[in-house]
Formats: sequence, structure tokens, C-alpha cells
Amino acid sequence: MQTLTVNGNNLEVDAEPDTPLLWVLREQLGLTGTKYGCGVAACGACTVHIDGAPVRSCQVQLQDVRPDETITTIEGLSADRSHPIQQAWLELDVPQCGYCQSGQIMAAAAFLEDYPDPTDEDIKAGMTNLCRCGTYNRIKAGIKRAAELS
Amino acid sequence: MTQRITLSRRSFLAGTAAAGGLSLGLALPGAAQNATGSTPELNAWVVINPDNTVVVRVAKIEMGQGTLTGLAQLVAEELECDWDTVTWSYPTPGENVARDRIWGSFGTFGSQGIRTSQQMVREGGAAARLMLLQAAANRWGVDVDEVTVAKGIITGPDGATLTYGDVASEAATLDVPAEVTLKDPSEWTVAGTSVLRLDTADKLDGSRKFAIDLTQPGMMLGAVKQTPVLGGKIVSFDADAVTGMPGVQKVVQIGEDTVVVVANTWWRAKTALDALPIEWDLGENATFGMADLEAMLNEGLTANDGFVGNEAGDVEAALDGAAQVVEAVYHYPSQHHATMEPMNAMALVTDDSCEVWVATQNAETDLAVAAETSGLEIPQCDIHRINLGGGFGRRASSSDYTVIAVRVGMEMKGTPVKVIWSREEDSTHGTYHPTTKARMRGALDADGNLTGMHIRISGQSIFAGLMPFALEDGMDPLTFQGLQAESTEGEFGYTVPNLLVDHAMRNPPLRPGFWRGVNNNQNAFYLECFMDELADAAGKDPLEFRRGLMQDHPLHLAVLEKVAEGIGWDTPAPEGRFRGLCQHMGYGSYVAAAAEVSVDDRGNLTIHKIVAATDPGHVVNPQQIEAQIEGSFAYGLSAGLLSQVTIEEGQVQEENFDTYPIVSMWEMPEVESHLIPSGGFWGGVGEPTIFVATPAVMNAVYRATGKRVRELPLNKHDLSPT
Repeated sequence: MQTLTVNGNNLEVDAEPDTPLLWVLREQLGLTGTKYGCGVAACGACTVHIDGAPVRSCQVQLQDVRPDETITTIEGLSADRSHPIQQAWLELDVPQCGYCQSGQIMAAAAFLEDYPDPTDEDIKAGMTNLCRCGTYNRIKAGIKRAAELS
Repeated sequence: MTQRITLSRRSFLAGTAAAGGLSLGLALPGAAQNATGSTPELNAWVVINPDNTVVVRVAKIEMGQGTLTGLAQLVAEELECDWDTVTWSYPTPGENVARDRIWGSFGTFGSQGIRTSQQMVREGGAAARLMLLQAAANRWGVDVDEVTVAKGIITGPDGATLTYGDVASEAATLDVPAEVTLKDPSEWTVAGTSVLRLDTADKLDGSRKFAIDLTQPGMMLGAVKQTPVLGGKIVSFDADAVTGMPGVQKVVQIGEDTVVVVANTWWRAKTALDALPIEWDLGENATFGMADLEAMLNEGLTANDGFVGNEAGDVEAALDGAAQVVEAVYHYPSQHHATMEPMNAMALVTDDSCEVWVATQNAETDLAVAAETSGLEIPQCDIHRINLGGGFGRRASSSDYTVIAVRVGMEMKGTPVKVIWSREEDSTHGTYHPTTKARMRGALDADGNLTGMHIRISGQSIFAGLMPFALEDGMDPLTFQGLQAESTEGEFGYTVPNLLVDHAMRNPPLRPGFWRGVNNNQNAFYLECFMDELADAAGKDPLEFRRGLMQDHPLHLAVLEKVAEGIGWDTPAPEGRFRGLCQHMGYGSYVAAAAEVSVDDRGNLTIHKIVAATDPGHVVNPQQIEAQIEGSFAYGLSAGLLSQVTIEEGQVQEENFDTYPIVSMWEMPEVESHLIPSGGFWGGVGEPTIFVATPAVMNAVYRATGKRVRELPLNKHDLSPT
């Protein structure tokens, strides 16, 4: 048994130590908002925050999570979808199928912390998550709108 | 005829969780009748709850393209309800079958969502409105002409009001109107506007459950491995080697070529599957590689066995008599759909039932597949439709996920089993965009007029690989999309007096499928890049050259003129930037694009802007069409710039996004969309602009570099100055 701090809760996890955090979140903790896309850190659908930093959770093994680290998933980003990124996403109808959007939102929320007033070039360089529907231009607009809302 | 409305307890329960809700069944006059004349073939459904919420029942499936919002807008427009009260639900294909397919086809592909069901759903909304008004008039004892409605509030002659929810149950007892009159689109106030999607909120906080996320008590998880080579078979595997591993429940062989390890979590199932020793007989395709594919396609370029898809005049005579013959060979590689949500399905099978929860573009096919696979009757089976984490045709090409989930479910009756493909298994067992080459030959007279053109396509047929029963005397008519003389699905936009378009079918051992845009993608690339080559040979401007051939195709020309205007074709491009344009027609819509690019001295391409124009006849939601256009450029340019599926030793080489790159934020161009609906027809919008993404960019790349890219993707080529 290992204890994780996820979205402010201390949770006991029964999984093999080399299980990726992605699958611990999805299967042991039932937090299915964090998505499996590639398993090789290429797509970013599994992005969560560890101590506030964006991390591709498919690449983090359970045994590598330190006891003092706090994990935030899309389910814990805000109450009532009130984070500026979520508000902007809703206002601009950013998602299409939506599958990658948990990861996009978590990546964008972390990006906005580092770039509170981002340029297009900042966003192009900083947002590397993949979206097969092609919502990139609305993601870009959404991040800028969220910067205004922040 | 009119038909009495009946309350269906089953659909009522499925349609609303609110006790006391009402289901209005609308069997409309004029709907096609079956042979017995008793059962309408098409109907539309509106559920109105006592709290006035309107549930629009949607036969199509949502996969990001916005169809469910668009269909709901069309219903709401005619219903005259308050848009803010509109919600949606999906009937199941089992319900559809039980009710003589009252909802028509569930198939969601070919950019058909709106265009093939707009009439039905608008009539459904209009008929419901008339019945609700009649019910209010009856209650007040006045003539129906004396009542009015706005936003679901009915007003009587003395100013009294009733809501739709107040009278819905009475309305259900009334006759369906003998006829309904639909609004002219110029009167629309909900349809035609950029309302926000109905399905966004739960995509923002992780609460939306995709099929891959679903759980049930006692559920087990399956990880799947299929033969690495098409046609390969399992010789043996050593289940004992993994049965002691954590969580493992069972190792199941399915057919001759598939193994599924079932465990109590998917990660444990996958871990055990990776450790499972499997001996394969890879079969006769195990030596096939890209050199074989190249030889196969090249042979077809000049072979004598072409199926004819479009023909006019005498093309050989035109070529013989030409002042100048232009010839070029193009190639379009295999592409994987690469939906962000990997393939998956959950099945629960018992001795007398089979239920499947699956993201599918055509749940009726999955229902048939579930029945056939389980050996049960269709009424014993049903499919629960879950919104797709991307479809793009992959989830319309093969129901392999449903077959395998049901087969595992049959081995574990009473236990829900969800089977998930790893990204690697998904990528290497796709239904790939067909790969073809084209030998293009054009005849120019002394004045640079195009007098003849031969397009010889050599390569893969989707029908031959997926559904040979659809072939017509061996020919796959779908191969000619966009090059046919007359077709709503893709019509040739030029008048060429001597024309031949033919196809030498050559099928490599790669399973083909419908890939968003389908055969229009490569046909537009071939034709529209070659048009630029012809224009250059004729010494003419590419736009002017096309104009001369398009006088009998005004709708094709109008979108082309629009993008030319939008990019500023008549004015010089900014220093260091270069432009290209093209047009194409498919899935009922006319589309064009103009690209502005630059290429730096190291050969790096920047697409500064794409101007797109679409004439879909009618526009239901402008901002959602714009989203589709932007998305279609991401999808189309992935194929044009970055992605290809290759095969060596019979095995697909690209297993994941690290070797199968797709357009990211970095490559995504600015997109300026122009919607110019001309009315009179209904076209699709989910796919068409994909056709024009690549040729517009490649034509611009040629202007920038002098290099004509005839083989995709672009990243195979060095654009640096030589």
C-alpha cells in the first residue's frame, strides 16, 4: 500500500510499484478524466500536476511519487469548472471530441502560471499536447482569453 | 396518412429520467412506406418533460463534429422552444430495430449528419409544435389559429399562457398533422446561428465518460494482441507463463489471429500480455515491404486493366495531337486515423443477452455484429452508444472492437469485460487510408488550352478490402470521388473535352478504411497540384488557367474566387512569402483554399495563413463549421506534411505518435474561414476542407522553392535551396 495525495485527499493505493501513475489514477482511484492516449509521453492526454508542475502521468511510476508530493488531476483543478482556462474553454467552445481536453486544460493551466500574458509564439512553443480534432487555434484563443479572465 | 401517436414505455424510460415525462412519437405523412404500407420508415422524436426541458433524440453520434448540436438547433427552430431548455439523448439501435427503424440510419460518416437528416428532424420539430399548439387551443376552446408561441410559451387570444410542458401530455393524444410547412432558412433564429455546443461542459472537468472510461461492478479488463501481419495466425501461446501474474483472470484466444489477456485492471492485463510467449505463423505477407508496394503501384500506372470512372471524348487522340504533353506521377501514402481514444469496447454477455458499450459511428452495424458473434437474436442484443473520442472513419470501417469484446464476453458470461487496444496495437491494426499513385497526363494546344487529360489511378480499393459486396463488376466507384462527372459525393469541377479517369486496382496487404475525406483526399492532391503544373506549362496564372475550365461549374468557381480574393491573389505576397490555391467538391459541398507560405534557407516550411471557403448550401451553426474547417486543416495537413504508414516484413512500422507525427500547435496555421452558402442544397462540412489543405500548401511550396512535391508527406523532401 502506498498513500497518494490527490486533489487534496490522502488515498491508499494497492498497485504494483511500477504501475504508471496514469493507470493508478484511472483504475485504482477511478479518476478517469486523465486520459490514456499514447503511453510514451508523446500526446499529453495524461497530463496532471505534481506540486503544480505539468507532468505526463504515463511516465511516472507509482513508486516514484514521493510522499510529500501533491497530485492534481482535471477533477481537482477547480470547483464548478471555475478555473479561468475552463471558463475560457466554455466561452469559446474549444473542445471537439473532448478526449484530449483534460490534458490540454491541465497543460494550459500550468502554462498560464508561467506565462500570465502569453504571446502566440509563447503558446506555440509551450503547448505541445496533441489534438487529433485540431482544436489548436481555439486552444490558443482560449489561453489568451483565460489570461484576461485571470 | 396520419398515425395515432403511441406512448412507448421503453423509449419513454430511455428518453427521460423525469417521472411523468412524455414521449411524442411523430409519424409523419409523406414518409416512405414499406411494402405493407403500414409502417413509416422515418420519424423524428421530441421528448418534453413537465419542467419544459426539451430532449431532442439524436440518431447520429457525436464525435466532435458538432452534429448533435446542429440537429438540435434544427429541431428547436421548428419547435419554437427556448434553446436554453434543449438537451439531447440517444436512442439505441435495439430500440430502432424494435420500432421498425423509426429513426432511420444511425450511420454517422460521409459528412452526412446534418444533410441526410435535416428534413426529418425539422419536420419532427414542426409537427410537434403544431400538436402542442392544438392542445393549448383545445384547452382554451379556441381555434388553433388564435394561439401563438414563442420560446415554448403558448399565448391565447385573451393573453393567457401555457408552457409546452403544461400541454405535452394532451398533445400526445392528438393526430399528427397531415402536413407541416417548414420555415424558410431566412426566418431562422436558432438554426443558422453560432450557439454554443450542447456537449461541452463535462469535457472541461473530466466528468464526461468516454467508452474507455466506463466501469461496471465486477468489470474485468482485456488487453488485446492481434497478428502483426495481415493473414498471420497463432501457432501457440503459453498461458501458464502469465496466469500467476497479478490480477490475471484468463487468457482467451479469438479466432486464429488474436489473443486477449483478461485481468482486474487493464494495466495488469497489458503487462501480462507483454509477457505472454506467442508463436506466430506470419503467413505469405510476411515478406511484403515498401519496395513491393512501390512496384505494385508502379505496374498499375501503365497496366491495361483500368476500370473507367469518368470519360469524355478521345483522350489518346488529344494527347497524340497535343502541342505539349505534360506528365507527372503522384503518390499518396497510407494513413492511420489515430483517434486520440484508442479502440475499445465493453461487452456483457449472458445465455440470452448481449450488451455492448462502444464508441461507434454506426451502432446498427455493431448490433448486427453483436448478434452474429454471440449467436443470439437481434432483440436479445443492444448497443449503448457512447460519444467518440475521435472517429474520422476508423469507427465506421470495422467493428473489430465489438467482435472481440463480445467474443471475450462469451468466454466470461455474466462478467462485463472491457477490451482496450494499446496505442501500439491500435496503430498497427488500423483500417488505413488507401494508398494510390496517379499518372497524370495533360494535353495542351498551341494556345495553352487544356484539350485532354488522362488520370490513371493505381492502387488500393476500400470496398475490395472492407466490403467486396459493394464492388460493381469488380469496380470500386468510390475510388473516383471528386473526379466523377456528376455526383453529390465529389464532382469534377472542370470541363475537359477529352477526359479519361481510370483505376487499376492494386491491393497491398494493408487493411483499408474510410479515412476522413476518403478518396477525395488524394484525388484533390493529384488533380489540383497537376492543374498548377499544367498552368505553368501553358504559361498562365493558376487561377486564370482554372477559370478558363470552370465556366460550366459556377459553384466550384465561386469558392475558388472567394479564397483568391481572401488571400489577395491579385496583389503581390509579402516579401519572402508565396501563395497557392485549389478547389474541390465533395460530400455535397464546394470548398477551396489558398495558402501563404515561406520556406527558410534551411528548408523549413512556415504556413502563415490558409484562407478557406465553403459553400455547404445551408449553414446551421457558423462557429461549429469554422471549428470543423480549422480541424480539417490539422487533419489534412498531418497527412500532407508529416504522417505516413509504412510496411516492412508485412508489419506496420509506425506504432505510436513518436514515429507517426501529426500536426501539433507548432505546425497549425492561422485559418480564415469564409462560409458562402448558396442555398438550394445541403452539403456536409466535417470533411470537405481536408481535400484542399494539402494541394493549396504544396502549390505554394512550389512557388517558394521551385520544388514540386508529388509524394507525401512533405517531410520526406528537402526543401532547402540546392
